[in-house]
Amino acid sequence: MTDMRTSAADTVCELFEADPRVAVVLAEISVERFAPAFAHDPRRAVNVGIMEQTMVGVAAGFAMEGFHPVMHTIAPFVAERALEQLKLDFGNQALGGLVITVGGSYDYASEGTTHHSPGDVQALFTIPGAEVLVPGTGEEAARLIRSTYDNGRLTYLRTQVVANDRPREIEPGRLAVERRGAGPTVIAVGPMLDRTLEAVRDSDATVLYATTLSPFDARGLRAAMTGNEVIVVEPMFAGTLAPQVAEALADRPTRIRSIGVPREVIRKYGTPEQLDAVVGLDAPGIRARMFGA
Amino acid sequence: MAADTLDREEIVRLAALATGDEKHEASSYSTLDALMVLYGRVLRVDAADPSWEDRDRFILSKGHGPAAYYAVLCHHGFFPESWMAGFMRQGGRLGGHPDRLLVPGVEASTGSLGHGLPLAVGVALALRAKSSDSRAVVLTGDAELNEGSNWEALITAPYLELNNLTLLVIDNVSTSPPLRPIAPRLVPFGWDAEEVDGRDHRALERSLSRRPGTPAATIARIGGTQR
Repeated sequence: MTDMRTSAADTVCELFEADPRVAVVLAEISVERFAPAFAHDPRRAVNVGIMEQTMVGVAAGFAMEGFHPVMHTIAPFVAERALEQLKLDFGNQALGGLVITVGGSYDYASEGTTHHSPGDVQALFTIPGAEVLVPGTGEEAARLIRSTYDNGRLTYLRTQVVANDRPREIEPGRLAVERRGAGPTVIAVGPMLDRTLEAVRDSDATVLYATTLSPFDARGLRAAMTGNEVIVVEPMFAGTLAPQVAEALADRPTRIRSIGVPREVIRKYGTPEQLDAVVGLDAPGIRARMFGA
Repeated sequence: MAADTLDREEIVRLAALATGDEKHEASSYSTLDALMVLYGRVLRVDAADPSWEDRDRFILSKGHGPAAYYAVLCHHGFFPESWMAGFMRQGGRLGGHPDRLLVPGVEASTGSLGHGLPLAVGVALALRAKSSDSRAVVLTGDAELNEGSNWEALITAPYLELNNLTLLVIDNVSTSPPLRPIAPRLVPFGWDAEEVDGRDHRALERSLSRRPGTPAATIARIGGTQR
């Protein structure tokens, strides 16, 4: 399977060649992956250098002129460093643009804390109207990009190194029912799906698969929910999705639990998979946090 | 009296209708002459069709003290005079910082400093991609240049060879860390930068009309907080 980062870049390059209103604005990261776009029309493909604020501002300028800009860099340097540009230049001005990031949470596990961004999705949730997408495979990333790149809204798509073994038939904006049971309802976000299924294999849980986090599919949750407990398994800070779940179920007495990245600075190195095990986001860790050791 | 003098009196009268932002009054009036020259002599705009594709794009980056900006737009017919009294008031459309979704002729919503120049770089790139001969003109304050995002864009614009971008800096010596002289700081990046008297309409027109083949900067010097 093609990894998410490669799939995302390839898809954007295909859209760039097919749609003359697509613009690509980079901040030094992954320039080589977007080479076909630069070769096709360098007037619409720009590398501004290591300037994330400018990347977002320049992209918004393209959007002001009717283009569909795509931005791309490492998650914390756009979602956190350039958050005000995302908020004001895109959100407040009601402009559309697609941000595709790499390095979700601790994908740069060996690089240390400066490159971690478990708070990126929560940061984007502060921008009214922003869409947030967390695919679980490269194919899903491509599908989400094709369906949202010209939606006229700020859209944030988070790619990760870890992925599910196979893509699902996702529908943008909707939760997918992965497994029907009668017990608690588990929402697995993006690349957490396979390990979540492994964790609940002996239980009667219903498992829903979330790749669009905002707007959140409240109707889908209400329709598919079983039991009176919702457990969110999310590859970002634990509790990121809890407000959306709580709002969706405001009229139903429900216990909400969040299994995600702990809210602490992770001063450990290794691979993403090794850090997953450290924080309890591998299958045994998820299982233990759900059902006890 | 010369037409400019009459216009200035009229625009000052209109701006005076917009009360409630006295803390930004110096900021507003420091831009008045440059805005008069831009809208009266330089920019290609059409108040009857604010979204005209062939217009020049003007971005008031600093957003602060927009009374003079609103007065100039009103004077040129972008919206009726009755709007001016609603400045910063409930039910009004003219906020303490301009909103592109509320005011005809306003290209960008601004107010947080350091956003307009990067936006203008993007607009200039987009205009070039559309093979348009329209220009992007952006106004910043001298103190606004303290924001680091401006310096990112100041490096970027010449690198991207944007010959359709003009930066107008209103230099009324309002920055705490001394920045004067500004123009010589921009030239090494590749800007064609020059300083003019910010109250001299002829000098402003000449400077703001030039298209030197690189990004152009006009530093309009205003004496202290003179109005």
